[in-house]
Amino acid sequence: MNIRRLLAMAFKETLQVWRDPRSLAVALLMPVMQMAILGYGVSLDIRHVPLCVYDQENSQASRAVAERFVSSGWFSVSHVISRYSGIARAMDRSECIAAIVIPANFSRTLASTGSAPVQAIFDATDVNTTNIALGYAQGVVAQANAQISAQWDAAHGVHPSQVGTVELDPSVWFNETLDSRYFIIPGVVAVILALVGAQLTSLTISREWERGTMEQLISTPVSALEVMLGKLIPYFVIGLLDAAFCLAAAIFWFKVPFRGNVAALFLTTALFNLVVLGIGYLISVRIRSQLGASQIALMVTMLPTTLLSGYTFPIDQMPAAIRALTYVVYPRYYVTILRGIFLKGSGLADLWAPMLGLSVYAVVIIWLASRAFEKRL
Amino acid sequence: MNAGEDMPAVLAEGLTKRFGDFVAVDHLDLRIGKGQVVGFIGPNGAGKSTTIRMLCGLLVPSAGRASVSGFDVGREPEAVRAHIGYMSQKFSLYGDMTVRENLRFFGGIYRVPKAQSAERMRFAISMAGLEGREDALVRTLAGGWKQRLALGCAILHRPPVLFLDEPTSGVEPQARRQFWDLIHELAAEHVTILVSTHYMDEAEYCNQVALIDRGKLVAIGTPGELRGHHLRGKLYEVRCMPLGGALKALAGMAGVAEAAIFGDRLHVVMTENGPDATQLSRLLADHGVQADSVREILPSLEDVFVQLVARGAERRVTS
Repeated sequence: MNIRRLLAMAFKETLQVWRDPRSLAVALLMPVMQMAILGYGVSLDIRHVPLCVYDQENSQASRAVAERFVSSGWFSVSHVISRYSGIARAMDRSECIAAIVIPANFSRTLASTGSAPVQAIFDATDVNTTNIALGYAQGVVAQANAQISAQWDAAHGVHPSQVGTVELDPSVWFNETLDSRYFIIPGVVAVILALVGAQLTSLTISREWERGTMEQLISTPVSALEVMLGKLIPYFVIGLLDAAFCLAAAIFWFKVPFRGNVAALFLTTALFNLVVLGIGYLISVRIRSQLGASQIALMVTMLPTTLLSGYTFPIDQMPAAIRALTYVVYPRYYVTILRGIFLKGSGLADLWAPMLGLSVYAVVIIWLASRAFEKRL
Repeated sequence: MNAGEDMPAVLAEGLTKRFGDFVAVDHLDLRIGKGQVVGFIGPNGAGKSTTIRMLCGLLVPSAGRASVSGFDVGREPEAVRAHIGYMSQKFSLYGDMTVRENLRFFGGIYRVPKAQSAERMRFAISMAGLEGREDALVRTLAGGWKQRLALGCAILHRPPVLFLDEPTSGVEPQARRQFWDLIHELAAEHVTILVSTHYMDEAEYCNQVALIDRGKLVAIGTPGELRGHHLRGKLYEVRCMPLGGALKALAGMAGVAEAAIFGDRLHVVMTENGPDATQLSRLLADHGVQADSVREILPSLEDVFVQLVARGAERRVTS
C-alpha cells in the first residue's frame, strides 16, 4: 500500500465521476427524486375508503350506524343505493371497496334483543387494502357495540357497575400517531443508499475494461488493493453525503421523530455504505460491461432492500423460510437499526445484534472485494 | 537490480500461450540486449500482442518462462511492472481527463519523485508536441498526439524497457515518422524497446527484426541479415502487362521458386541455378507476355517475410 498511488487513484476517480453526467445524476439526482417519490408515494395508511350504503330501513338508528363509519374518518360514502345489485355494479366499477347493508328490521331487532346484524361486503381484489379496511370496519362496529350495549343495559335497568364493562384502552408506543410514514421512511433511506452506492461502484471497474484503459492500468505497479480503495474512497464520501441528505430530509422535511443519537447513526450508515459499495465493486470486477454490471447491481440491491428488509413488508409476517432468508440480506440489519435509532432512541448497546450482523457483512464483503480483482487480462 | 552487464533486457525461453486448443504463442525463444530497438513483425493474429502481454505480466504463460530487466515475469510481476513502460494496442489513456491530469495520474501511479515530476511532465508534453494544450481533454486530440502522449505517460518513470504494441496503427504517415524519431531518441538513452507493427517499412527502422507467424518465431536478425540469409535464390523485378497472365505463365516454370504481385510489377524468386534476367524475359515472351523490363533487385523485408511464411505453410502441408 502506497499512499501516493492511492491518492492518485482516488483523485482520478473523483474527476471521472465529476465529468460523467450519468454518474453525477445517480449520485446527486437519484436520492432527491427517490426521497420524494418513495417518501410521499408509499403509505400503508388508507383514508376515506369508498363505502356503499344500502340502508333498507332508513330509521334514525340505522342512519346512525352509517354515520359512525363516516365520522371515523376511515370511510366516506360514495354511493347510497336502494337495491342489492347496486353494490355489485359499484364494485365492478371499482367505485367502492366496502358496502354495508342494514336490514329493514334493524331497529326493531335491536330494541328487542339488544343486538342486530349488519352485513358488510368487501371487494377483496386488493387483499392488503381490504384487510386494512376490514380492520377499520371492525373497529367502528366494536365502538358502536359498546355504546349500544351500554344504552341497552341502562334501558333494562342493569347498572354498568354490576356488569362491569371491559374497555380496552390501547396505548401505542414509538409511533404514537400510528403513521406508517414514520415506519417507512427510515427504510426508504436504506433503499436509496443501497441503490445509489451499488450503481456507482458497479460502473467503476467495468468502465475501465470497456474503454480499454484497464490494460494500461494493470501494466503499472499499482496494487489491487490500491485500485479498490482508491476507487471506493470517492464513492464512500458521496454515499455519506447522500445519507446525510436523506436522513436530514427524513427528519426535517418528513418530520419523522428522531430520538437516537447522531454518532450511532453515522457509524451504522458508514458500515452500511461499505457493504453496498463492496457489493457494487464485486459486481464490477466480475462483469466487464457497464450495462450488465449496472443491471445486476440494480437487482441485488433493489430486490432485497424493498422485499426482504422489512421496509414495507413486515418480516414477522413472512413464512419461516423467507424470514430465515432475511438474515442473509444486508438491508434487514440497517433498516432495523435505523428504525430503532429513529423511533425508539435505541443506542448501540440495544442494537448489538443487527450491528453485529451488519459488521460481519461489511468485513466479509470488503474481504471478498479486496481479493476479487486480479491484475490480469 | 541483480542484472549484470551481459544480462539481456528481455529473455524468453519456450514461452507458450494456449487459449483452449488454440496455440497463440508456441515455444518462443527471445534474447534482447540492452538499448536495442526490436521490431515484432507478423500478420494479425500471429501472436505479437500475446507475447508482449506475457512479457508485461498481463497474461500468464501456459509454459516457458520470461524475464524482463532481470526480473522473472511469473514470480516478480510487480517488479517487472515497475521497470517497464507499456502502450497497449488500443488507445488507453483517460479520454475524459486533460493532458495534464493524465500525466499527473500516471506520475502518481509510478511514484515519480516529486522533485522531478514537473520536469518530466514538461518533457512529456513537449515530446508529444502538446505545449499550450495541457488543459485539453485527451479525447479531443487527434491520433498522432494521442499516441505520443501515451508514449509520454509510459516513460514518465524512465523505464529501462518499453513495450509498444502497434503504436502507429491508424496514425497518419507523418505522425508515424515522428513517432519513430522519438523511439530512436529513447534508444539513444539506452532504453530497450520492443515494438510490434504490421507496417513492413517500419521494420527497417529497427536494430533487430523478429518475424512471427502463427505463434512461432520464424526468424530474427538485423534487417540486412534477414534480407541476405533468408531468401533462397535471387530476386527479380518484372514489369509487364498483363500481370495476371505473367503470374500464370511463371507458376509452372522450371527454376522459379516463387512469384508474387507487388503493386504494378511482379517479384519473382529464382533458384540459384535458375534462368537469369534475359532468359526469364525470353521465357515470358514464349508464353505471350511482353516484359518491359526484368532486373535483379535487393530483396525487401516484405519479400523475405512472404517467402518465410510461405515456406512455413508448405512445411505444415507436407507434415
